[in-house]
Amino acid sequence: MAKMTMREAINQAMRLEMARDPDVILIGEDVAGGRGCPVDDGEAAGGVMGVTAGLYSEFGAARVIDTPITESAIMGAAAGAALTGLRPIAELMFADFFGVCFDQLYNQAAKFRYMFGGQHGAPMVVRTMVGAGMGAGPQHSQAIYPIFAHIPGLKVVLPSGAYDAKGLLIQAIRDNDPVMFCEHKMLYGEEEEVPEESYQLPLGKARVVREGGDVTVVALGRMVQLAAEAAATLEKDSGLSVAVIDPRTISPLDVDTILDSVEETGRVVVVDEATPICSMASEVASMIVSDGFSSLRAPIRKVTAPHTPVPASPTLEAGYPPTAAKIREAIEAVYNYR
Amino acid sequence: MNLDEPTLRHAYETMRLMRVFDETGRREFLAGKLPGFIHMYCGEEAIAAGICAELTDADYIASTHRGHGHCIAKGCTIEDMALEIFCRRDGLCRGKGGSMHIADLKKGMLGANAIVGGSAPLAVGAALKIKTRGESNVSVAFIGDGASNQGTVFEAMNLAVVLKLPAIFAYENNGYAEMTGVDYHCGSGDIAARAGAFGMPSHKVDGTDYFAVREAMAAALAHARGGKGPVSIECVAPRWYGHFEGDPQGYRTKEEIADLQETRDPLALFRERAMATSSLTEADFTAMDAAITERIEAAMAAADKAPLPEPDDLYTDVYEVYD
Repeated sequence: MAKMTMREAINQAMRLEMARDPDVILIGEDVAGGRGCPVDDGEAAGGVMGVTAGLYSEFGAARVIDTPITESAIMGAAAGAALTGLRPIAELMFADFFGVCFDQLYNQAAKFRYMFGGQHGAPMVVRTMVGAGMGAGPQHSQAIYPIFAHIPGLKVVLPSGAYDAKGLLIQAIRDNDPVMFCEHKMLYGEEEEVPEESYQLPLGKARVVREGGDVTVVALGRMVQLAAEAAATLEKDSGLSVAVIDPRTISPLDVDTILDSVEETGRVVVVDEATPICSMASEVASMIVSDGFSSLRAPIRKVTAPHTPVPASPTLEAGYPPTAAKIREAIEAVYNYR
Repeated sequence: MNLDEPTLRHAYETMRLMRVFDETGRREFLAGKLPGFIHMYCGEEAIAAGICAELTDADYIASTHRGHGHCIAKGCTIEDMALEIFCRRDGLCRGKGGSMHIADLKKGMLGANAIVGGSAPLAVGAALKIKTRGESNVSVAFIGDGASNQGTVFEAMNLAVVLKLPAIFAYENNGYAEMTGVDYHCGSGDIAARAGAFGMPSHKVDGTDYFAVREAMAAALAHARGGKGPVSIECVAPRWYGHFEGDPQGYRTKEEIADLQETRDPLALFRERAMATSSLTEADFTAMDAAITERIEAAMAAADKAPLPEPDDLYTDVYEVYD
């Protein structure tokens, strides 16, 4: 199996789906780039991170649609097109920009199916970039997805690597409800083995990254890698057996896989890069306390970003997201709790 | 514009249905039988009727919170609409939408919309679908004068021009954005000119004149169906009632409303012109009025007695499947 970056895997998922289904279109800012410029060959950008490169040349301007900088119109156009029969992939360049267009997602697309009595939903995918690590500062670095998970009618996907990203995106495009597909910008260049052919991974099914009987770590997005690293180190150094679970989608959330592991370990660490208040980390912890209380043998520890904006200074930003060291410390703390 | 007698009859019946549906609905609302809010369309009937006259089920409209007239003009069945405003199990949206969210997708009615300015980007999306599939239909956004100031509307107009989409922006200038007058809230004072500045043909018509609205829409349809991009039409027709039912309207005089009803009643103006240009008589209109009143009374009475949603319906249709 070939190695592929998450950037390539996402690109390939879109390419496969666009080739398979003429109703799949891609709409967003600079998904091709160069429109109206002296050099307008459709390959000027391919997305600001190069994720959509080549799609314009393959599928043309009618299906790879560059827009003005106009997030409300992009999300609304995708929602309206989805309501009437297309399957748009709409790019919200940075998830931080949801503030200028969220009405079209949470009041419109997310509610169509319910508000219209089941007549039709909005089968659309919003691909959007999340996460810190580039020194991009307070308005381009947030892990804002817990807000999306709060909305009934939206599904929220957080791939932790190239293999999952491809299978989850293909599934998201075929899903008949609106899906927020949150891509961590620091994972784009990360490689994994990824099959060339099409495959789907179900939404709402967690991946058990590693089995373990002493402590359960639930980690989201880029944190999965760090959690696995911390678990491996602890196993080597102290013989601890640490389970790492990647929910892959936070809405729907695979409650059963998490609770099964907690039943065995009784000790839990939840790791997320998002801010801690009203967060997925809180949600997972609360769910375990409600539904797995009798299994618990220690207080649940949350390892998250602090409740601050994301600083631009690389020095400060380095202290913002959880690290493998912080995760390891939390695992040891819950393990040693008596 | 000369229309034959069946067309005139249909146009009048459409407007009369709107008038009686809302006035009867108002009575039921004031009797405490309808939940939530209700927004009256009286005085603006010629706009929806004129804009939708030549549309088919394959054309789309996206509506506003004041949407009953749009639904009727687009062909929604008033019996199903009555069930929905009563929030009954068998309503168009199974009671989950109510007055401000009536939608009927098989009729191309993409929903009334309780977010002011929310519908314009959605209509542009439907126009994008039309263009992507190579169809020859159009998509209409109804937009109030209040919504005309929303950024979503500006974004929708610009995107429609950039992508050359078959979208029609139908502005309903009814004089008031909630409790604020158009002379105050619209900075440039001219909605049509502002829409035109986005780079599309722009018409401004008397929205109480069915024939004027229909004529402007015919030109808009020729343009949009011809692949030349979007068009806007501003229709001026002051509303007869408040923003919502229950609005005491301290911001306007009784004389203004009486004068509107006396001199700018779209239905009366229509009758007058139709009788002058066709063989339709006063008696024909009286007969149509009586039949419509009877039909709507029956629809409201049936809705009042219709079954309520089942308690478990609360949980359905959030997602197609969520397990």
